[in-house]
Amino acid sequence: MSGTAFLDRLKARFGDKITGANMTAIDPWIEVSPAGLVELCRYLRDEADLKFNMCNCVTGVDYFEPDAKKAAKTEWQPHLEVVYHLSSITNKTSLVLKVNLPRWKDDKPGELPEVPSVAGVWSTADWHEREVFDLVGVRFTGHPDLRRILCPEDWVGHPLRKDYEMPLEYHGIRGR
Amino acid sequence: MASQLDDPRIIEFDVRTDEMLVNMGPQHPSTHGVLRLVLRTDGEIVSETTPHIGYLHRCAEKIGENLTPRQWIPYTDRMDYLAGMNMNLGWALTVEKLMNLELPEKARHLRVLIAELNRIASHLVGMGAYGLDLGTFSPFLYAFREREKILDLFEEVCGARLTYSYITVGGATADLPTGWLQKCEDFLDQLLPVISEYHMLLTSNAIFVRRTAAIGLLSAEKAIDYGCTGPVLRGSGVDYDLRRDGEQRYTEMYDGYAFEVIVEKDGHYPKDHDYPAVPKSAVLGDCWHRFYVRMLEVMQSIDLVRQAIDRYSTATGSYGEPVKLTEKLPKGEAYMETEAPRGQMGFYVVSSGGGAIPWRVRARSSSFCNLSVTHDLCRGCLIADVPAIVGSLDIVMGEIDR
Repeated sequence: MSGTAFLDRLKARFGDKITGANMTAIDPWIEVSPAGLVELCRYLRDEADLKFNMCNCVTGVDYFEPDAKKAAKTEWQPHLEVVYHLSSITNKTSLVLKVNLPRWKDDKPGELPEVPSVAGVWSTADWHEREVFDLVGVRFTGHPDLRRILCPEDWVGHPLRKDYEMPLEYHGIRGR
Repeated sequence: MASQLDDPRIIEFDVRTDEMLVNMGPQHPSTHGVLRLVLRTDGEIVSETTPHIGYLHRCAEKIGENLTPRQWIPYTDRMDYLAGMNMNLGWALTVEKLMNLELPEKARHLRVLIAELNRIASHLVGMGAYGLDLGTFSPFLYAFREREKILDLFEEVCGARLTYSYITVGGATADLPTGWLQKCEDFLDQLLPVISEYHMLLTSNAIFVRRTAAIGLLSAEKAIDYGCTGPVLRGSGVDYDLRRDGEQRYTEMYDGYAFEVIVEKDGHYPKDHDYPAVPKSAVLGDCWHRFYVRMLEVMQSIDLVRQAIDRYSTATGSYGEPVKLTEKLPKGEAYMETEAPRGQMGFYVVSSGGGAIPWRVRARSSSFCNLSVTHDLCRGCLIADVPAIVGSLDIVMGEIDR
């Protein structure tokens, strides 16, 4: 199935929940709204001719330029992206899904943006979403056990945010 | 009048022991590094396992946002430190995919040669350490004896014994030294007969079989659901190997190489070597099969290295000059997975364009996904089986915590 035919099929089924796509990128990606994510993922996994049965990777990318001079030149508005790399072991195909999120929920700094968890669709997503929550700061609603995974539980902040600052001290250890 | 105590079943129910939380690790010898498992046990039975990771977190991804791709190569070494070459290769291929670089033929064969040799070294440690987990010390020494020779070969190639940074974006840092191929071939001739010794020591050892057969059963569906890859996935009978099924940029390296994916098909493994038969008590997807797949992959890699030596010595072109240290990255993003010894190692690079430093780098660790299935495998097993199960996943904590 060609990329555009596949995209048309998804658009026909999910309508405006598919918010964008780039089929000519190195890894073609489809952007989906948070509301349609779980439904789309279930469809991709269960449809007989698609069978995206493996979730390879879940990543969060922070698009924010702390330097005001450079920020004026960027093509994008500050936002967060959650990227899902899927593949099908049966059909040997791969697909990239993206979800676009604000950096803070309702623009209140400190309030993490929310996206529904796909841990119920692929169990791999369980730990990967915990990692994204820990390092990038995205709250996955409906996740069975959303705790920090790599950083200690009492760590402050999300290190892979572009405006993250290392704490001055942690339990008596100098940070910076 | 008969009291309640006359019924033996009720007494049995009454003497249930208290539940206990047992901390295993992070300094436990059988946890392959700094893994902490919290076991909820009732007597000898484990009812719940909670892995705690992150003790080796070195912020590799954050560091990658401040370095150029070639500068980040040494950090990939330190992820899976038992297979540094394979990590270098994964990252180099990802960046080459973003830059759309094509490599000369000779460079591709050199990469196959080096990567497969490192796979042998890595599986040997996996085998030796697994014996150690199960309480036998000698296979570990035998495995390290052979691995040491591979490290000697690598030392001659790049000067390092563990963290090589040899394969890099654009090719490799240097060509193979003269006379090295002969040494490599001599080593392979010497290794092949030793493999049957390993089989005698472990694979067909009655105690080993009792400790691993039908323990830690992982069904194919569950393996895929949890994103398990590599020998763990193939040990569950899923016919999937990125060297054959991966992206074209990766599989074209293996174009023309004769190899069969090591997986049980219709109750048989590919038959091209002498190896012990599958014991009757072993069930597909158990610890024994995962171990066995690894052992057969050593033989397969020996074959692949031999083929690579032949091709490399007749190939044309250069060994692949590395790109400039500050080579500019085009705008875009690329994700790529390669078949590392422990499974599919994925790297993701996002570049905003205009600079040599990527906007975001991400490493998808194979051991990370393989470990996430532990709580499922350990449910209802004995405490003594926990090291057997965790060991059969062959994890490296450096790769999990990054």
